[in-house]
Amino acid sequence: MKLDSKTPSGPLADKWDNHRFSIKLVNPANKRKFTAIVVGTGLAGASAAASLAELGYNVKAFCFQDSPRRAHSIGAQGGINAAKNYQNDGDSIWRLFYDTIKGGDFRSREANTYRLAQVSNNIIDQCVAQGIPFARDYGGLLANRSFGGAQVSRTFYARGQTGQQLLLGAYSALQRQIGLGKVKMFPRTEMLDLVLVDGHAKGIIVRNLVTGEIERHAADAVVLGTGGYGRVFNLSTMGLGCNVTAAYRAYKRGALFANPCFTQIHPTCIPHTGDYQSKLTLMSESLRNDGRIWVPKNKGDKRAPHDIPENERDYYLERKYPSFGNLAPRDISSRSAKEVCDDGRGVGPTGYGVYLDFSEAIGRLGQQVIREKYGNLFEMYKLITDEDPYEVPMRIYPASHYTMGGLWVDYNLMSNIPGLHVIGEANFSDHGANRLGASALMQGLADGYFILPYTIGDYFARVGAQNINTDRPEFGAAEESVRSRIERLFAVKGKRTVESFHKALGLIMWEKAGLARNDAGLKEAISHIAALREEFWQDAKVLGDNNEMNQTIERAGRVADFLEFAEMFCYDALNREESCGAHFREEYQTEEGEALRNDKKFAYVAAWEYTGDGVKPELHKEELTFENVELTTRSYK
Amino acid sequence: MNFTLRVWRQKNAREKGCLETYQARDISEDMSFLEMLDVVNENLVKDGIEPIHFDHDCREGICGACSLVINGIPHGGKKGCTTCELRMRNFADGDTITVEPFRAGAFPVIKDLMVDRSALDRIMQAGGFVSANTGGAPDANALPIKKDTVESAMDAAACIGCGACVAACKNASAMLFVSAKVSHLAQLPQGQVERVERVRKMVARMDFEGFGNCTNYYECEAVCPKEISVKNIARMNREFLKAITK
Repeated sequence: MKLDSKTPSGPLADKWDNHRFSIKLVNPANKRKFTAIVVGTGLAGASAAASLAELGYNVKAFCFQDSPRRAHSIGAQGGINAAKNYQNDGDSIWRLFYDTIKGGDFRSREANTYRLAQVSNNIIDQCVAQGIPFARDYGGLLANRSFGGAQVSRTFYARGQTGQQLLLGAYSALQRQIGLGKVKMFPRTEMLDLVLVDGHAKGIIVRNLVTGEIERHAADAVVLGTGGYGRVFNLSTMGLGCNVTAAYRAYKRGALFANPCFTQIHPTCIPHTGDYQSKLTLMSESLRNDGRIWVPKNKGDKRAPHDIPENERDYYLERKYPSFGNLAPRDISSRSAKEVCDDGRGVGPTGYGVYLDFSEAIGRLGQQVIREKYGNLFEMYKLITDEDPYEVPMRIYPASHYTMGGLWVDYNLMSNIPGLHVIGEANFSDHGANRLGASALMQGLADGYFILPYTIGDYFARVGAQNINTDRPEFGAAEESVRSRIERLFAVKGKRTVESFHKALGLIMWEKAGLARNDAGLKEAISHIAALREEFWQDAKVLGDNNEMNQTIERAGRVADFLEFAEMFCYDALNREESCGAHFREEYQTEEGEALRNDKKFAYVAAWEYTGDGVKPELHKEELTFENVELTTRSYK
Repeated sequence: MNFTLRVWRQKNAREKGCLETYQARDISEDMSFLEMLDVVNENLVKDGIEPIHFDHDCREGICGACSLVINGIPHGGKKGCTTCELRMRNFADGDTITVEPFRAGAFPVIKDLMVDRSALDRIMQAGGFVSANTGGAPDANALPIKKDTVESAMDAAACIGCGACVAACKNASAMLFVSAKVSHLAQLPQGQVERVERVRKMVARMDFEGFGNCTNYYECEAVCPKEISVKNIARMNREFLKAITK
């Protein structure tokens, strides 16, 4: 299969403008003849659904939560980047583009990343127009802060709840269109299959989570904004409902899955405390602006932090990366934390934690300033740990957070299946091997507000409105496969809980495919996953009925998909014999323990094609060409 | 720690429910309330009993999915805290804990502790937005806004839409929820154009959905996990009065 990224030719800065001019338009009067299905109502899905409806298309939107406002974009704390240069500190579209592509360790598509930086400014304008209460300075202009991996202040924020405010903005635009009748909303509804008609994505099969009914929905195109797959590690910062199911079912229908091994482990989360734990709570990276990260210099030093004198502390990020210090990118910060803990210098009851200390900043700025900046985060930390970060340093440790990989898309955000568009975290395109802080919100909204609404029109205009009927045999076959899978899950009637399988999978993934990976470990993981999957289908216990609300069957379906998906993930990590961004292969590192990239062999997107259950998927490569940036070694020293 | 739980079980919206008693054993004080329920559920499943159903997602107090009335108080009574953030260290070993769904006519039970709060979405559909289509926005800094104003708007915008205010109110009033959105947008310049229409439509929809009125008990403010102030209700009443007398 030849992967055509459809990247327009011409100078980088002109590509998007030229492309928008050259793609086809749908006449305003004809837009109402087209229907789009949008699955997922996070930043990408909600903004896309609202924007498409504003243009005049009919939209059917789906989410598994009880309301579109619950999508996990809401959990993002720190902020959203834009190249406004409001702080006059030398920012520009080019600099945001360059930081992003370099931060991603040169494993993303140049043209996509540049376009992301270009539309970043429109996003801020749009959000302010919706009434999003971004932080402001005393003169009434918008405030900014700096964020991991950047040396300019370009991050817009609303206290520590930026994701919430941006999502509620997109949600409000979506609610308006629901009220106007242009969007039909299906909450508590989960997509379980994609329907192809003549090779084009023309519908989905869903389960109504309240009644258990299996329903068919047809449209002229399908848009997936279904988020990331970080819960393959079980413990993560994501919401407990987050899953790979929609994307994975599309993969099983032929959509290619790109770079699944690029998963971000966020450096600043509250450490794990026990086996019962259901999730790991993120503490915004913005804390690294004022907090200093350290561990004791001596192994096994169990003294209270206040009793450890300055000269016996190791501020390891400041020591190793003097120019970026505590603001080093996420992959580097996470790996460094693991190193010091593996060295026996970790803190807290488990030894897997490092200090994030605000005492210097509180001394310099006063408690009030710190409270204004991070008050809600400090409160959240105290609620969870019963420790007061104004008095004692926070303890943090890395946790699975964001997934850069996702379904493969071209420049139009369309997958290799015509009509199937993928936006936000669910696609792979803009962050390469590592995402910089405050860039996820930017990408979700860029795709939903400013990219997809144009590019989907090109697809509509080329294929025309088809008025697909759900009575077609393709819908019947897909519905039947969904039904039989649910029946199979109920029929297992085993002894072991679904939850325990998810935990076991998470443990395999965290140990063998988490912060650091190697050939032997990944091969071991692949065989362990296959064995676990077999056990699942022989011993999983699913109680209750199918024809009503049943959280166990929902969970079982998602875990079953993770058990297949995890294997593809490991094949990808095994294939990529280099270290880049968040993907650290122990065999490929410099003498100082830094990532060793191999641009000659691996400057490509690894896109995997489903070839059958339990069979190694087939690899397709999209070579990445860099016409405008030089592939340098990332150095944050 | 060990607890005795009295949990509301109800198979679906049509059938009657009742309180069942379960034991929660070997609970760590660091567990969240929902993690404690996870442990109980794992044991129920092992015993062949269907797990207790409850809404939850982010488990860090921001998505608004979790609910529960714990010992008679929505979200359990710890100030500024959602059920998912509530830790078991806030209870005493050996306690009996009663867990019920959010109760309100406008929040029908779906199953066990899970209720349908879509009425809140429908109030938002009536007017909880600024009608700014994608694309036409002026530069974000074109209109300076006073820091105090934006902070006050943000205080109201922090609402997570959980519905605890409704569950705590003896009138099942949604006025804290509705006033938070009215107040957020009424204070900002972007919200001015639709200011009058917005409050009128949202209040009408609130009444239509069967939520009661405010009689100033302020239970809503006391249980609100985001500590949204009842001053917003006063502001909404002013906005509403101005809107209907215009």
